[in-house]
Amino acid sequence: MESLTNRSIIVSNKKMTFSEKIYLPAILSGVMITIKHLFRKSATVRYPEKTREFSEIYRGQHVLKRDDNGAERCTACGLCAVSCPAEAITMVAEERKKGEENLYREEKYAATYEINMLRCIFCGLCEEACPKEAIFLTDRLVSTDYGRDGFIYGKDKLVESATDRIDISKRQTKEVLEFKKQKQLTHNK
Amino acid sequence: MMTLLLFKVILVVAVFAISLFMAAYSTYAERKVAAFMQDRLGPDRAGPFGLLQPLADGVKLFMKEEITPEVSNKFLFVLGPSLFMITALMTGVVIPWGDLLNIDGVNYSLQITDINIGILYVFGVVSIGVYGIMIGGWASNNKFSLLGAIRASAQMISYEVAMGLSIIALVMMTGTLSLKEISQFQAGGMEGSWNFWNVVYQPFSFLIFLICAFAECNRAPFDLPECETELVGGYHTEFSSMKLGLYLFAEYINMFISAAIISTLFFGGYNFPFMHDLGLSQNAITILGTAALFSKIIFFIFFFMWIRWTIPRFRYDQLMNLGWKGLLPLSILNLLITGAVILIFSK
Repeated sequence: MESLTNRSIIVSNKKMTFSEKIYLPAILSGVMITIKHLFRKSATVRYPEKTREFSEIYRGQHVLKRDDNGAERCTACGLCAVSCPAEAITMVAEERKKGEENLYREEKYAATYEINMLRCIFCGLCEEACPKEAIFLTDRLVSTDYGRDGFIYGKDKLVESATDRIDISKRQTKEVLEFKKQKQLTHNK
Repeated sequence: MMTLLLFKVILVVAVFAISLFMAAYSTYAERKVAAFMQDRLGPDRAGPFGLLQPLADGVKLFMKEEITPEVSNKFLFVLGPSLFMITALMTGVVIPWGDLLNIDGVNYSLQITDINIGILYVFGVVSIGVYGIMIGGWASNNKFSLLGAIRASAQMISYEVAMGLSIIALVMMTGTLSLKEISQFQAGGMEGSWNFWNVVYQPFSFLIFLICAFAECNRAPFDLPECETELVGGYHTEFSSMKLGLYLFAEYINMFISAAIISTLFFGGYNFPFMHDLGLSQNAITILGTAALFSKIIFFIFFFMWIRWTIPRFRYDQLMNLGWKGLLPLSILNLLITGAVILIFSK
């Protein structure tokens, strides 16, 4: 009979040879392996004193950026939510009223913007999809919590403060900067 | 007479303290060796290099809640670990820790007592150790404990046979059962007597003894009595606090004593090469000899750990096959060959 997947392995129950039966040669070779490891450098990082280095383009907790005047860049277009493979992002859009120009850059803004950090897989597709350069992943870690509710991050946790800006220059790779130079694209106007 | 008594008392206390010290630091060494062999660091928080770790572990064990199961036999439940600990400590009595020490013109032997059936005494005491495990496991009234205890006793009794037979070959060669005389038999030196260590004459006997020692100490690859994948914790599943501590501790003492006996029987004991050719005084030779013995012991303790972190556990049927079909016939064969060689050469 032909096998279904071609992945079956024929098990052999052959008798052990004499050298296998006395175990000693196998033990000797095993012992030589462990003694080699005894003198090898350990891979441990002594955590509280030393922390493991992050990659240059580490993808951690998100940030919603403000522009140079301190207005929120997000315009609640929903592209990030659409692009999100884990469906972690939800938002409610609202129209900007008169007198709020210093708060929101465009006529539309996100009244609520939530990311469920338990669903998020930190792929960075939201960042890629965003036409307004509003959302970025940073090298900050999402902290632990006792309940699931604590992992739904709202605007209070995601939007950067106007005075204390979060550096995202590491995420601006060469390709991104090159893309930004093309002024004919609406994205860069 | 009084000074001799005083010396013996000091020696007894010293051997007791050293056994406990070695056991305590074996736990530390075990964790360190395991860590290094797995490319880790091991305990390094308590004190410099984690050297205070055994102390922290001891305090932790003492502070833990002591649970005695309702259904257990209270008296036997306490007797089990005590018996195991006592038998582990008793074997150190006959081991010659050093040669003669000369104080004020009187020679004192660094051996608590030189029984002329020393090795037989060791075997006797070690086999009583099985009762500690058996009673503890049975008194717990728990099937995992009982299974562990049954495995332990079956294993220890099976391997004691091969162990004893491997020793008989050695005893036939040396013609004595006293551990002191066996170590003197291996004394090195150019003047007059030049003797090799027994391992040179009896390599098979040594190999069988070593494998059996692993089984007797319940060490990996023969740690079936407490294999956590099958039996939770084996015979000490129900034990907690210092009663568990006694079991764990006694196992390390057993390991220390096994290492001492292997060194004494096969690796010259307190003798070291060229000991009489360096022109040292008697006391210097004795002290250096004790140091030599302890370095041999430490090597064997390391060897025990080295094997533990290399080889996976044997299956129960493999264990019994190896013991009865492998080691027992081999040791009998070794005995026959030794006997034949002695017979030929004595004529």
